Amino acid sequence: MPADVNKLGLKREAYKGSPSTLCPGCGHDSISNKIIDVAHEVGLPMYNVIKLSGIGCSSKTPAYFLGSSHSFNSVHGRMPSVATGAMLANQDLVAIAVSGDGDTGSIGLGQYKHLIRRNVPMVYIIENNGVYGLTKGQFSATSDEGQKVKYYGLNELPSLDLCMEAITAGCTFVARSFSGDAEQMRTLLKAALSHRGTAVLDIVSPCVTFNNAADSNKSYPYGKANEQRLHDYDFIPVGYVQGRDEITVDPYADGEAISVEMHDGSFIRLKKLDHGHDPRKRNEALNVLEQARVENLFLTGLIYYEEPRPTLIDTLHITPTPLSHLQGDKLRPSAAKLDELMKSFA
Amino acid sequence: MTLEMQAGAETQQRSFVNDFTLMVATKNGSGSQTSNLVLIRSLFRMGIPVSGKNLFPSNIKGLPTWYSIRASKDGYIGRRPTAEVVVAFNELTAAEDILNLPPGGMLIIPADWKWGKTRDDVTWHEVPIKAILTQEKIEPDFRERITNMIYVGVCCYLFDISLEIAYLALLDQFNGKKKPADMNFGVIKRAYEWATENLAKDTRFRFEQLNQTEGKILIDGNTAGALGSLFGGVTVAAWYPITPSTSVIDGVLDHKSIRNDPETGESTVAVVQAEDELAAVGMIIGAGWAGARSMTATSGPGISLMAEFVGLAYFAEIPCVIWDITRMGPSTGLPTRTSQGDLLFIHFLSHGDTRQVVLLPGSVAECFEFGWRAFEEAERLQMPIFVMSDLDLGMNLWLSEPFAYPEQPINRGKTLDKLSLEEFFAEHGEWYRYKDYDGDGVGYRTIPGIDHPRAAYFTRGTGHTEKATYSERGDDWVKNLSRIERKINDARATLPQPIIDHDPAKKIGIISYGSNDASIVEARDLLAAENLHTNYLRVRSLPLAQSVIDFVLSHDSVYVAENNFDGQMAQLLRMEIPQDNRHMKSLSLGDTLPMTADWLYSKIVEQEKQHAR
Repeated sequence: MPADVNKLGLKREAYKGSPSTLCPGCGHDSISNKIIDVAHEVGLPMYNVIKLSGIGCSSKTPAYFLGSSHSFNSVHGRMPSVATGAMLANQDLVAIAVSGDGDTGSIGLGQYKHLIRRNVPMVYIIENNGVYGLTKGQFSATSDEGQKVKYYGLNELPSLDLCMEAITAGCTFVARSFSGDAEQMRTLLKAALSHRGTAVLDIVSPCVTFNNAADSNKSYPYGKANEQRLHDYDFIPVGYVQGRDEITVDPYADGEAISVEMHDGSFIRLKKLDHGHDPRKRNEALNVLEQARVENLFLTGLIYYEEPRPTLIDTLHITPTPLSHLQGDKLRPSAAKLDELMKSFA
Repeated sequence: MTLEMQAGAETQQRSFVNDFTLMVATKNGSGSQTSNLVLIRSLFRMGIPVSGKNLFPSNIKGLPTWYSIRASKDGYIGRRPTAEVVVAFNELTAAEDILNLPPGGMLIIPADWKWGKTRDDVTWHEVPIKAILTQEKIEPDFRERITNMIYVGVCCYLFDISLEIAYLALLDQFNGKKKPADMNFGVIKRAYEWATENLAKDTRFRFEQLNQTEGKILIDGNTAGALGSLFGGVTVAAWYPITPSTSVIDGVLDHKSIRNDPETGESTVAVVQAEDELAAVGMIIGAGWAGARSMTATSGPGISLMAEFVGLAYFAEIPCVIWDITRMGPSTGLPTRTSQGDLLFIHFLSHGDTRQVVLLPGSVAECFEFGWRAFEEAERLQMPIFVMSDLDLGMNLWLSEPFAYPEQPINRGKTLDKLSLEEFFAEHGEWYRYKDYDGDGVGYRTIPGIDHPRAAYFTRGTGHTEKATYSERGDDWVKNLSRIERKINDARATLPQPIIDHDPAKKIGIISYGSNDASIVEARDLLAAENLHTNYLRVRSLPLAQSVIDFVLSHDSVYVAENNFDGQMAQLLRMEIPQDNRHMKSLSLGDTLPMTADWLYSKIVEQEKQHAR
C-alpha cells in the first residue's frame, strides 16, 4: 500500500471539499486542513460522517472538507439542535460540527449548553476569532475585554470562556487549541473523534481581516508569541487505524505522564508542562481557565476530560438499530393492536 | 338563537330526556375533573351521545373552572351556550352561575354556604356537603378532592343514573383499580341516599338508556393525534411544553410502548423535551434530514419561535411534522381558551416566499388519520407539514367511531437507499438532489449513512442549484422557486380534499374547517327547520383545493364560518378567487370559546333576512 493511501485505500485528496472562499490566510482554513489530515490518517469512512454548522465564516467551512459526506449548513446558533436530531435519527453517524464564537457564544449559547448537557455524541469545533467576520467586524461574546477594532472601537465587556461554559454544562471532553499549532490540533482532533459524548474543541483561529493586530489576544502574532501548551501529547489510536504496537512513543519521566483511555480503546498520553495541569480533575480544569483569564495567558491543550457519562442516546433506551433504518412493522403496529387500543377508549 | 326557555310554557313542552346540558362550576385543582368524567362515562355507558367541554383557567389551583356535559339523543356534540342544570360548587362564581340559568332550569348548590334562594323560577336543590362527608370516614388528605363526588351522587339520583353504572364509570376512570373506586363510590352512594330521602325529582330532566354509543369511543383530539403519529411511524419527537399542545406528546409517551421492538423490548421512538421550541423544531429538522419520521407539537407562541427554522426546512426540503394546537395568543392571559387564529400565520410561515402545507382535522378521527398521514405527506412532498388542531378539539373529550387502520402502507417517498441510488445512476447517469426528474417538483433525496461514494449532498437554505451546490445566481434561485411552486400547486389536488355536501338545488353554502364541524352539522339542521337549506364544504388542507373555489362560485350566498376574529379563511379565499366574490361573507367568531350551532344559526338567519329584503 503506498504511504499516502489510508486503510480505506484513499488518498488525502479524497477527503478534500470545495475550494475555500474565505480570506486568504484565514485561520479557519488551517483547521479545515487539519480535519482533512486527521480524517485521512485515521481512515474515517466519509459516507458515515455528517458535517453540521450554523451561520458565519466558520460555518461555511464544512463545504471545504470531506466532500463525500452529507452536510447541513443550518441556521445561526441553532446547529446543536439539528445535530441532536440527526444523531437521534441515526446514532451510528459520526458528527463533526463547526461553529464560531458568534454562532456559539451569542445566539447559540443556550443550544450549546443544552447540547452538552444532553451529551450528544459529536465533535464540536469552535473556530474562535473574537470577532464577527461576515457582517464586518463587530465584537463577539469572546472578544477580549479591552480589545479594539477599527469601526466599533473598544470592547468594555468581559469575554465568555466557551471552555468554561462547556465544563459547567457537563462536558466530558474540553480542549483549547490554536490554529497556528498544527501538531496539537491534530492530536486533539483524533482524541475528540475517539470520545463518546460531546467533545468540545475551542480553537483560537485568527481573523486576518478584522482581528489580527498584534495586540489582539486572538491574532497570529499574539498566538505565536504567547501560546503555552499545557502538555505534550501522544495519541495512540486503535479505533480507526492499525494496532497500537506499531506505534512507538518516547517514554515520559514518571509523574509527568498521564494516560487517558478513550472510549474506543485508544488513549492519549500527556506530558505535563509548566502548569502541571491534570485534565482529569474538574476543579483543576476550572482553575487553570481562571488562571488564564486573570493572568492573561494563552493556555492550550486538553483542559478537561472525564470518563464518558451516558449520552443522550443511552438515556432514551432506543433500539440500537438506527431509527432511520426501521421499516414495516417496526414503524406501524398491527391492526389488531389498534383494535385493542380502541377498546380501551370504549 | 338563544335557547328560548320561557318559564312555564316552553319548558313544559320541550322534552329534556337525554337532551340537556349540565354545567359544573368548581375550583381548578379541586379534583372535579374526575367527578365530571365519571358523569360523562356513565352517560356513555348508558348509550347516550355525550360530550364534555372543560373551560379551565391558566392556573394550577384555585381559580374558577367550568365543565359542561352535554347529552344529546340526536347525537350533537358541539358546545351549547346554555346549561339547563347548574352544579354551583364554587362560591366565588355562584352568583353569576345562578344568574346564567334559564328560567325553568335547575340548580344544585351546597347547603353549607347558606346562600338563600335567590331565584324562584328555577328548581333549587341545596346539598349539605359536610354532613354527607362526615357520615363517610374519609381521611383528611382526601376530603377536599372527594367533595366533588357528592354532586355525582346527587345527579345520579336526580337524573336516573343507576349506582351500578356510576361504579363501572368510576372503575373506567381509575383504570380498574378498586381501592380508589370504592373510596369515591362510598361518597357517591351516601349522596345518592341523602338525595333519595330529601330531594324531589323533576322528571323533565332525566336520562334513559339508549343504544347510540355501542362500539364508539370517547377520546380527546391530542391523544388521537398521538396515536395516529405512532401508527404513522414517528421515530423522533422533540417538544417544549405549552398549553394546549402538551397532551399530544404526553399521548406519545403514554402509548409509545405499542412500538417497542418485540424482540428486544427497546423503544423505536425517541422523545426529547427540548429547552425551547427553537430547539424542538431544530431537532425534528435534523432528524427528518437524517431519515427519521419526526414531529413536534406546539401552539402559537411556539410557532412564532419556529418561524426561521421552518423556512429553512421548506427550502432545504426536509420532511417533518408540526402540530399546532391553537389557542388565543400571545403571551399570558388566554392560553386555555380556544381559537383558530394561527391559520394564515402558519400557512405563510417564515421569511422568503413560503407557502406551508397545513392539514385541518375536523374530528378526533381525523386527528388520528392526519397523525399518520402527515408523515406520508411530509416525505412525499419533502417539506414540513403542519397539522392545525385547536384547544377544543385537542383537549376535550369527543364521541367517535373507532379509528380506521391506515389504508396504505408506509411510503417514504422519493428517498433513495444504496440500491435504489445505484439504480438511479444506472438509469439517469447522474443524481442531483434538487433536480425535477419526474415533473412534479419533488426531487430524490438521500439520507446520511448510505455506503455510497456519491450519496452525499450539501444542505442549505437559499442559494443552491439543483445540484445542491452553492450559487448566488438569480436564475438558479428562480428556477428552484419555480419548481417548489409546482410542487405546492400540485399538492392542492393530492392533499386531503374537502368534504363536500352539495346539492345544486340549494343556494346557500357554508365553508368551514376544523373543530367547528360539530356545531355546523347542528346549525344546518336548525337552519333547515327554518327552511334555509344549506350546502357545506369543510376544508381539510392548505393550499386550497380547486373544489373550494368552485364551491364559492356555485352558490348565491356563501358563509365562511371560523373561530378567529379576522376571518382568516375568508381572507385566503378572497386572495385566491379572482372572480367577483361579494356573495361570500365572513362569519368569524374569536370569542375564546368553541363555536356553537346557535351562534352560526343566528348569524346566517340574520344575513339571509337582509338578503330577502
